[in-house]
Amino acid sequence: MTSVLPVPTPDAATRRRPGSGRLLWLLVVLAVLALLSVASVAIGSRGVGWSDIWSALGGSSETIEEAAVTKRIPRTVLAVLVGSALGLAGAVMQGVTRNPLADPGVLGINMGASLAVVAGLAWFGLFTATSRIFVAVAGAALAAVFVYAVGALGRGGPTPLKLALAGAATSAALTSFITAIALPRGDIAANVQSFQVGGVGGATFDNLTPVLPFLAVGLVISLLSARGLNSLALGDELAAGLGERVAVARGVAALGSVLLCGAATAVAGPIWFVGLVVPHLCRLLVGVDHRWLLPFSALAGASLLVASDVIGRIVARPSELDVGIITALVGAPFFIAVVRRQRVREL
Amino acid sequence: MTALLPAPAADVDAVARNRVRRASRRRVVVTVLAVLVVVTFVTTLMVGRTFYPLGDVVRVVLGERVPGASFTVGRLRLPRGVLAVVAGLCFGLGGVTFQTMLRNPLASPDVIGISSGASAAAVVGIVIFSLDGTAVSTIAVAAALGVAVLIYGLAFKGGVAGTRLILIGIGVGAMLTSVINYVLTKAGQWDYQEALRWLTGSLNGTTWTAVLPALVALLVLAPVLLGQAKNLSALQLGDDAAAALGVRVERTRLIAIVTAVGLVAFATAACGPIAFVSFLAGPIAARIVGPHGSLLVPAALVGALLVLVADLVGQFAFDTRFPVGVVTGVLGAPYLIYLIIRTNRAGGSL
Repeated sequence: MTSVLPVPTPDAATRRRPGSGRLLWLLVVLAVLALLSVASVAIGSRGVGWSDIWSALGGSSETIEEAAVTKRIPRTVLAVLVGSALGLAGAVMQGVTRNPLADPGVLGINMGASLAVVAGLAWFGLFTATSRIFVAVAGAALAAVFVYAVGALGRGGPTPLKLALAGAATSAALTSFITAIALPRGDIAANVQSFQVGGVGGATFDNLTPVLPFLAVGLVISLLSARGLNSLALGDELAAGLGERVAVARGVAALGSVLLCGAATAVAGPIWFVGLVVPHLCRLLVGVDHRWLLPFSALAGASLLVASDVIGRIVARPSELDVGIITALVGAPFFIAVVRRQRVREL
Repeated sequence: MTALLPAPAADVDAVARNRVRRASRRRVVVTVLAVLVVVTFVTTLMVGRTFYPLGDVVRVVLGERVPGASFTVGRLRLPRGVLAVVAGLCFGLGGVTFQTMLRNPLASPDVIGISSGASAAAVVGIVIFSLDGTAVSTIAVAAALGVAVLIYGLAFKGGVAGTRLILIGIGVGAMLTSVINYVLTKAGQWDYQEALRWLTGSLNGTTWTAVLPALVALLVLAPVLLGQAKNLSALQLGDDAAAALGVRVERTRLIAIVTAVGLVAFATAACGPIAFVSFLAGPIAARIVGPHGSLLVPAALVGALLVLVADLVGQFAFDTRFPVGVVTGVLGAPYLIYLIIRTNRAGGSL
C-alpha cells in the first residue's frame, strides 16, 4: 500500500532538497502565473494593446478594447481561484486517500456538486449564489462519502484502482441524472452544458464574491492539514504511533478539499483532471512534504487553469472552448500514464 | 466420505437431467424474449400522438397506402423502431462479446471508450466534413477499431490486466467525450438535443439513410459472430484450456473483436452510443438464462428490448421527451454501482 505514492522512500535527494531550491521554484511558479494572467487579459477574440490594458485596469471602459479587457479581468480572477482550489483539493485528496489517481473529477465529487446544484435549481428554486454554493458543497460531500464507501468495500480496503473505478462509475451515473433533471426544464436546460463541462466564461465580480468565503475557509483548512497529511503518508499505524489522530486528520483534510471543490464547481462547473495532474508535477518539483506541496499545487493549479482558458480562446477563435474540455484533453493522457505506472499487484 | 456423494450412475443421470432442463429453460427464455421484442416493436409503431390500430400498421408495413398512417408509421415510426431493434441487437451482441472475452462485466465497449470513439468520429465526420450515411459509418468503424487497438496497446504491459484496461478505457473515453464537446462547441451549433445524440444516444429524427448501414452491418456481422459462439464460450475457460479443446484462440479472438467493434460502431454511427445498453444486456441475459450455453442471442434480444422499452418510456412516460440514452443511463447507473459494490465485496477481479 505504502508504495502507491512515492512517499516513504527515504530518497536522499528529495529529503535534503535545500529550501532555497524550493524558494526558487516558488518564484518561478509565481512568475509563470503572473505571465499567464497577463496573457489571459490580453488574448481573446479581440486584440488589445498595452495601453488599452493599462487604462482598463485603471477602471476605464470607454473603448471596445477597454471593455473587452474589463470583461476578461473577472474571468482571469475566477480561473486563478478555481484552478488553485482544484489543484489544492487534488493534492489533499491524494494525500487523504493515499491514492495517485485521486482527483475531484475522477472521484466523481465535482459531478456530485453539479447534480446538487441542478437539483437545487430545478426542484427547490435555489437561485441565489450563496445557497447554490451550500448545496454544491453538500453534494460534493455526499458524493465523496459515497465513492469512498463503495471503493473501500471488500478486500484490501480503498485501493487506488477501486476508488477510481467507483468514481468513474458514479460520475457516469450522476451525469445521466443531471441530464434527466435538466432536460424538462427549459430555463435550466439552456445552460445545462455548464453543468457537464466546466468553464470560466461569463464571470463577473458580482457572481464571484459569494464563493470567496467558502474558498478561503477551504484553503485555510487544507493548508493547516499539511502536517496531518505528512503523518498519514507514513501509513495509518505509523501515524497513530506518532501520536496523530488518524481519523481526525483524515476527516479535517477531506472537509477542506470537499469545501474547495464544491465551491469551485458551484461557480465554474465540473472540471476534470486539474487536481490529478498538478500534484504529480509539483511532487517532481518540490518533493513530497505537504507543507510545500499544498501551496505549490494551489499556484500550479491556478497556472494550469489560466493557461487552459487562454488556449481555449486561441484554438476556437472567434468563439471559445470551455476550459473543462481542454483540461480533459490534457489530463486524460496523464491519467492513463499514471494507471500504466501502477504495478500489476495493485490491479 | 463416500456417503456424501451420490452413486456414480445417479450422478450421470442427474447431470443429464440438469442439462436437458437448462437447455429447455434457455429455449423458453429466448422464445419469450423474441416475442417480447416483436410485441414492443409493434407497440412502438402503433402508439404516438395518434394511435393507429394493428391492422393499419400491418398494412403500412406490407406496403399498402393508408391515409395518414403511411406517413406517420411508414416514414417516422418505422425507421425509428427498426433502428431501435437493430441498435439494441448490435449493442447487446458487441457488449456481451467483450464481457465474455475479457471475463469482466465492466469491460463493455461503452465503459471502456470504444463507443465514444465511434461517436467522436461520427461527430467529426458529420459536423466538420458534412458526411452522411455510409461514409460516417465507415469512419466510425475505423475510429472504434483504432480506439480498441489503442486501449489494448496502452493496457498491455507484460499481459493485459482487466482492471488496467478498464481504467485506461475510462481515461480514453473522457478524452473522446471532450473531443465530442469540442467539435460541437467549435461548430458553433451547440444544440442540446443534437449534442445528446452523440453523448448519450438518441433515436429522434431517425431516417432510413441512417438505419441502412447499421442494418446491413447487423445482417453481415452477426452471423459471423454467432458462428464463433462455441469458441467464445470455450475462451471463457482460459486460453490454454480453450486451445486444448481445439479452439484456435488468436483467430477466434480477432474475429470476435473485429465483429463486435464493427457492430457497436455501426450502431453508434446511426444513433449515438446509447448509454449502458451494451453494458447491461449481457449481465441481464446471464441472470435470466442461467449458466448454460452461449449468451450471444439472449443478450442481443435483451439489448433490443432495452432500447425499445427505454425509447417508449422516454417518449411517453413524462411530459418531456427524453432521448433514449438518458433513460438507459438513469436505469443503468445504479446497476453499474451495484456491480462494483458486489465485485468489491467478493474481493473479485478488482
